[in-house]
Amino acid sequence: MFSGLNRLLMSRGGPAITGAVVGILAPVLSFLGNPANMGICVACFGRDIAGALGMHRAAVVQYIRPELSGFILGSLLAALMYKEFKPRTGSSPIIRFFLGVFAMIGALVFLGCPWRAYIRLSAGDLNAIPGIIGLSVGVIIGIFFLWNGFSLGRSYPAKKAMGMIMPAFAVVLLALLILAPTFGPDGAGPIFFSETGPGSQHAPIAIALGVGLLVGWLAQRTRFCTVGAIRDLVMLRDFHLFNGVLAFIAAAFITNLFLGQFNLGMEGQPVAHTNILWNFMGMVLSGLAFTLAGGCPGRMFIMSGEGDGDAGIFILGMLVGAGIAHNFSLASSPAGPGAFGPSATIVGIIFCLAIGFLMREKVTV
Amino acid sequence: MNESSTVDARGLSCPQPVVETKKAMNVYGRGKIEVLVDTVTSRENVSRLARKQGWEVSSEELPDGGFKVTITKA
Repeated sequence: MFSGLNRLLMSRGGPAITGAVVGILAPVLSFLGNPANMGICVACFGRDIAGALGMHRAAVVQYIRPELSGFILGSLLAALMYKEFKPRTGSSPIIRFFLGVFAMIGALVFLGCPWRAYIRLSAGDLNAIPGIIGLSVGVIIGIFFLWNGFSLGRSYPAKKAMGMIMPAFAVVLLALLILAPTFGPDGAGPIFFSETGPGSQHAPIAIALGVGLLVGWLAQRTRFCTVGAIRDLVMLRDFHLFNGVLAFIAAAFITNLFLGQFNLGMEGQPVAHTNILWNFMGMVLSGLAFTLAGGCPGRMFIMSGEGDGDAGIFILGMLVGAGIAHNFSLASSPAGPGAFGPSATIVGIIFCLAIGFLMREKVTV
Repeated sequence: MNESSTVDARGLSCPQPVVETKKAMNVYGRGKIEVLVDTVTSRENVSRLARKQGWEVSSEELPDGGFKVTITKA
C-alpha cells in the first residue's frame, strides 16, 4: 500500500494531492489556534521564530513555530527513505543569503508568503489579489533572466554531516520551543513568546508538528512548489505544479467555508493591510527573489531537509531578513506599510535585478 | 546528426536543467542528447519536458549517484 501511495505521489497528480492536503490542513490549524488566515505561512512563521530568538523585538510576533521544523524533518525522513538525501552546496551561498533576506522583506511588506497569499484569497481576503499578481510579475521577471543565462552556478556534493545541519537546527528549535529557556539578564528573553497578537495564537504543539511532518513528507515526494507552479506554467506551459496551487486554493476555500472562516472583502481582514500598491510591490520583490533562488520558501525548507545547504542558507537569510524587517520598520502592519518598507522594497528589487543581470554564465551544449 | 551532444546540468538549481535541455533541443531539433543531472527531481523534470516535446526518454543511474537522461528524436 505504501509503495502504491508513493507511486501516486510521484505521478503528475502528486502536487495536486499535496496542495489539497495543505489546503485542508492550513485552515484547520487556524481553527485549532493558529492566527486567522495564517494556518501555515512560511514567511510569517519564520518571522515569529526570528522574534522568539530575539532577532527582532516586535512583541506580538514571537513564537517558535513547530510546523517549520516539521517541514525540514518530514522532508528529511522522506528523502532518507527514498534515497534522495543528497548533501550538496556551493552555488553562490552569499547571494542566496541576501535573496533570502530580501524575499522575507518583500513578504513582510505584503504580509505573507505565497502559501499565505493563496490562503488569504481562499478566505475571501481580496488584498491577496494584488499580492498574487505581484508574485506572478516577479516570477515573470525571473523567467526573463533564466532564459538569458542567469545562474548562481553549480552546487557540488558534500559530506553527510553538512546535509544534517538544517535538520539539526530544526531539532534545536523544537527543543527551545519545549524547554523555553531564558538566557538574557534578569531571566528575560530569548526565548521570547508573545503574550498578545498573532505570536500568542497557536495550535497545540503536537498537532502543529504532526502537520508539519506530513506536509514536509508530501511536499518532498511531490516537489510541491508555489513559485515553480507559476514559473513552469508561464515558461513551459506545464500545468502539473500549478494544479497543486489550484487544488490548494480550492481545498482551502471549501474548508474555510465549512469552518465559518470565509469573509469576503478588503477591509478588516486578519493580519493584512489594504494598500494595493505595496501589496503588489512587496510580492514582486519576493517572487523575483524566490525565482532567482529556485523555489518558494516552503520548497526551500523541503530542499534543506534533502541536504541542500544552499537552501539552508536562503532560510537563514530569511530569518535575518525578518529581524531587519522589524528592527528597521520595514514590515507592514494592519495599519499599512512600515515607514521604510517601500524604500526597502525598491532597494531589494534593484538588488535582485542587479543579481539577475550580473550572474550569467554559459552552459556548454 | 549521428553524434550525441551532452548537456551537463549537474548541480544547477531548478529550473536550469530544464532550460538548458530546452535550449539544446531547440538548437539540434532532433538526434540524441545526453543530459547529466544530479537529483531525481531534475531527472523527472528533464524527462517530463522531453516527453512533452515528443522526444523518447531513457535514463540510467551513474556510479556517482547522478543520472544520465538520454533523449532521442528521429
